[in-house]
Amino acid sequence: MNITLNGKPYAVRANASVTSLVSQITGRELASNGQPADGQRLGVAVARNSEVVHRSHWHGTALAEGDDIELVTAIQGG
Amino acid sequence: MMTETTALPAGLGTDTDRLVIDGVALSSRLIMGTGGAPSLDGLGAALLASGTDLTTVAMRRYSPAEKGSLFQLLVDNNIRVLPNTAGCFTARDAVMTAELAREALETHWVKLEVIADEHTLLPDAVELVVAAEHLVNRGFKVFAYTNDDPVLALRLENLGATAVMPLGSPIGTGLGILNPHNIELIVSRASVPVVLDAGIGTASDAALAMELGCDAVLLATAVTRAQNPALMGAAFKHAVAAGRLAKAAGRIPRREHALASSAMEGRAEFL
Repeated sequence: MNITLNGKPYAVRANASVTSLVSQITGRELASNGQPADGQRLGVAVARNSEVVHRSHWHGTALAEGDDIELVTAIQGG
Repeated sequence: MMTETTALPAGLGTDTDRLVIDGVALSSRLIMGTGGAPSLDGLGAALLASGTDLTTVAMRRYSPAEKGSLFQLLVDNNIRVLPNTAGCFTARDAVMTAELAREALETHWVKLEVIADEHTLLPDAVELVVAAEHLVNRGFKVFAYTNDDPVLALRLENLGATAVMPLGSPIGTGLGILNPHNIELIVSRASVPVVLDAGIGTASDAALAMELGCDAVLLATAVTRAQNPALMGAAFKHAVAAGRLAKAAGRIPRREHALASSAMEGRAEFL
């Protein structure tokens, strides 16, 4: 299944959840509430088709073909 | 009449002279930005030397190639994070960016920045007002980066901004405070904290901001692009504290003619 991740084409397995995508990209294991299993802060957020998906909903949100996903974090600025 | 005092009033210039924003007492009146630092290690050293308690970050696409985490650096050093909406040209983008920042960094504080164009990086007043209203309604604590316009500053305060942050001069220019009169006017009418933001070039600019009555100063480039960022961070720490003390101490009035500080009476006479 193909989605767009941060402006580029990206392939995920059918019905993958937002949690599995975030975990895959960040290399962090995530609990079902979206918090990292290592107890540290995760520091990323997800927008799906221009709507923020709250962390507590990541697990229950399945990606769909053609979804436009933005995965953002804090960088130097301001 | 002047009264003689020996002690500083109410712990001024000490750790108890804290800026309270949204119920949080900040131990430093220097808010740092993080843009322009060549490395995370160097940035960390500069932030520590500056003594800052609150530091801005930008929100951008996650890159797995990025080494180290700025967010983790701030968390590890107990520095509160103030996400910004840098790079947003419209209220819509700024609101979306603020929502993502709140989600990613678990804070409802946001430095609202809506700029008009890349050449001046000046705030777009109309989009800024629209975005501020949306964000306040969505429960954000809005630190509004604004022009040095007393009317706009008051408008933002009335919309519910938590702090107003007028620029000294355009971002990154280091031109200092180009309109001190307007900054004083903003301060005199504001009932929320006023933070001088942008344009600071060196320590004396920050001291001046505090002497004009600002509650805090926000800067990045002046430290991150200094030849020795950690040393400049320390310089700003002292400058902000010195300006704060000078404002409380009350400067002498300006005069047109000289005023001798030594008495003329009792001089020796040479025949």
